Amino acid sequence: MSSLALLDVRDLTVTFHRKGARPFTAVDGVSFDVEPGRTVGLVGESGCGKSVTSLAIMGLLPRRGATVGGSVTFEGTDLLTLSASAMRERRGRDLGMVFQDPLSSLNPVVSIGLQVSEVLERHRGLPRKKAMVEAADLLDKVGIPDPRRRLSEYPHQLSGGMRQRALIAMALACRPRLLIADEPTTALDVTIQAQILALLAELVRDTGTALILITHDLGVVAGLCDEVNVLYAGRVVERAERHALFARPRHPYTNGLLASIPRLDGARGERLRPVRGSVNDNIPWRSGCAFAPRCPNALDVCRLVTPEMVADGPGGLLRCHNPVVHTEEVTA
Amino acid sequence: MTSLLNIRRRRVDELAETAEGGTSLTVDALRRMARNPVAIIGAVIVAVFVLLALFAPWIAPEDPYTPFQVLKDQLRADSIPGPQPGFPLGSDEFGRDFLSRLIVGAQQSLVVGVMATLIGLAVGMVIGGLAGALGGWVDTLLMRLTDIMLSVPSLLLAISIAALARHPSQWTVIIAVAMVSVPIFARLLRGSMLAQRASDHVLAATALGVRRRTIVFRHMLPNSVGPVIVQATLTLATSIIDAAALSFLGLGDPDPARAEWGLMLGNAQRYLDVRPELAFYPAVAIIVVALGFTLLGESMREALDPKNRR
Ligand SMILES: Nc1ncnc2c1ncn2[C@@H]1O[C@H](COP(=O)(O)OP(=O)(O)OP(=O)(O)O)[C@@H](O)[C@H]1O
Ligand code: SF4
Ligand SMILES: [Mg+2]
Repeated sequence: MSSLALLDVRDLTVTFHRKGARPFTAVDGVSFDVEPGRTVGLVGESGCGKSVTSLAIMGLLPRRGATVGGSVTFEGTDLLTLSASAMRERRGRDLGMVFQDPLSSLNPVVSIGLQVSEVLERHRGLPRKKAMVEAADLLDKVGIPDPRRRLSEYPHQLSGGMRQRALIAMALACRPRLLIADEPTTALDVTIQAQILALLAELVRDTGTALILITHDLGVVAGLCDEVNVLYAGRVVERAERHALFARPRHPYTNGLLASIPRLDGARGERLRPVRGSVNDNIPWRSGCAFAPRCPNALDVCRLVTPEMVADGPGGLLRCHNPVVHTEEVTA
Repeated sequence: MTSLLNIRRRRVDELAETAEGGTSLTVDALRRMARNPVAIIGAVIVAVFVLLALFAPWIAPEDPYTPFQVLKDQLRADSIPGPQPGFPLGSDEFGRDFLSRLIVGAQQSLVVGVMATLIGLAVGMVIGGLAGALGGWVDTLLMRLTDIMLSVPSLLLAISIAALARHPSQWTVIIAVAMVSVPIFARLLRGSMLAQRASDHVLAATALGVRRRTIVFRHMLPNSVGPVIVQATLTLATSIIDAAALSFLGLGDPDPARAEWGLMLGNAQRYLDVRPELAFYPAVAIIVVALGFTLLGESMREALDPKNRR
């Protein structure tokens, strides 16, 4: 499957060094891949390293203060080895990104039109006038009414949903093959959230763009993702196709996340309030399973031996000594 | 010395941080200011002063430069003629119309204040912009330099610079006063640029592959305008005071015919027993105008500060 991959993240490790503090490894050997046109979820609770992973892929981590290890192979090139200027060429053209807060992601003093056309001028070399015409088309495509008028408006004149639509238009302006959306709906009203997700789903289907969708929200995963990587404390603990994950969550953490949602089919926007305890209880991965102090399935071995990632079922990967067993499997 | 440096640095840094919110809040900020009586008082003083300065030659009832025979006739060694018909504030020590000289003095103060502020702004913006955009050792070097300048009390710095000039003139004063504000504007712009660099919209633009040049000039600099305007307003106040002080000390253009508040105040020292008003009016004018700019600037700072939003 790796040979087909558009993006292949191998052993990605991000360590932050701060003055007066011990180095902190936010992402600790994360591996996953994204095939062309697929939507891959990255799920996990706050602080597990989702955003840092996406920033590392985009080459957006601060040069000073963060060390990045492993490899991020995009169409055969390891992005981590590219120069800063080569990476600037790729961002916005081959790789797009949408952030959580649409208001603060837009420049308050530059018109929407200029912010959209900027990308087209930059990567497609279009002259300002042509870029503006195309910008209007793009705004139209993401469902912004009266796009021509919007071109001359400023971010504060748009609603939250409109702003996120504009940002999606900017990220997709050059038809990148990969889009990373980091909690694209968390800052929006519940009703708007569904619209934005529907828009994302439609756009990735129409353009064939692969999508990495980062979220707290398993409802979002259920609606959009083909496959899911569950992160815990900087490591992937379970990877599964969406249906398998929801039908038979194998990792006790995934199971806890699912159990904490009252209804799987509704209640989008519900933040995960999963699993007893908190990340503060974690033990370091090198001395065992980080989740052990909170895990209902924990065995003695869990605090002594670090679980390795192993194949589990069709297309599944699992990092656990004592996974959840589902009754139908036992009877089958 | 260190504490002065720290106080001045902290004030500038706090102002710089307001850049993060961007200037889209300008309309908002103006609305907040319109409700603030302090801002209104400041704005009125500044407006009156600016109008007076701009139209001084037409507003001044008499020629401010030529002595009047009527007044000269009344000059004695121990008395200078006071208010009388045609000369509401009386005469100065040469028999010239004191009111007209005060009004024309407003023009001088405005010109010197604005020129000094603009020069300080331009030089400071270049230094701060370079430090903020390039970072690294350029930043470290330039900021050390501004720290040294900031740690010297501003008037002392201005006096030292002005004293270097071989032929004192108004330009000596303007440049000396401008140099005092250079480190403030430099540190301010650099701070706003750093706040901008860490902002979400700069990250988002970077994620789109936007060129670094475009990021600096389109996405960082324009968002630093708010704090710069605030600081420029406050700097106008200190520039007018500093310029007056330099003239008072005889470090400006020595021509006694000039109608300039600092110089008038300086010359009036000799006649304090005879006619203290000659010192009183220019002093009040300087204080009121500086107060006006300070009130306006401080209320702008308050309106821009995210802590005071909502
Ligand atoms: N620039 C940085 N310097 C130091 N530590 C950082 C930095 N950025 C992130 N971290 C740390 O890395 C860890 C992972 O952060 P990250 O933002 O990836 O979490 P997340 O999974 O996206 O969480 P959330 O759901 O809250 O967005 C956190 O503990 C955070 O404090
Ligand atoms: S390895 Fe052990 S502690 Fe960790 S999740 Fe599996 S059962 Fe729980
Ligand atoms: Mg995050």
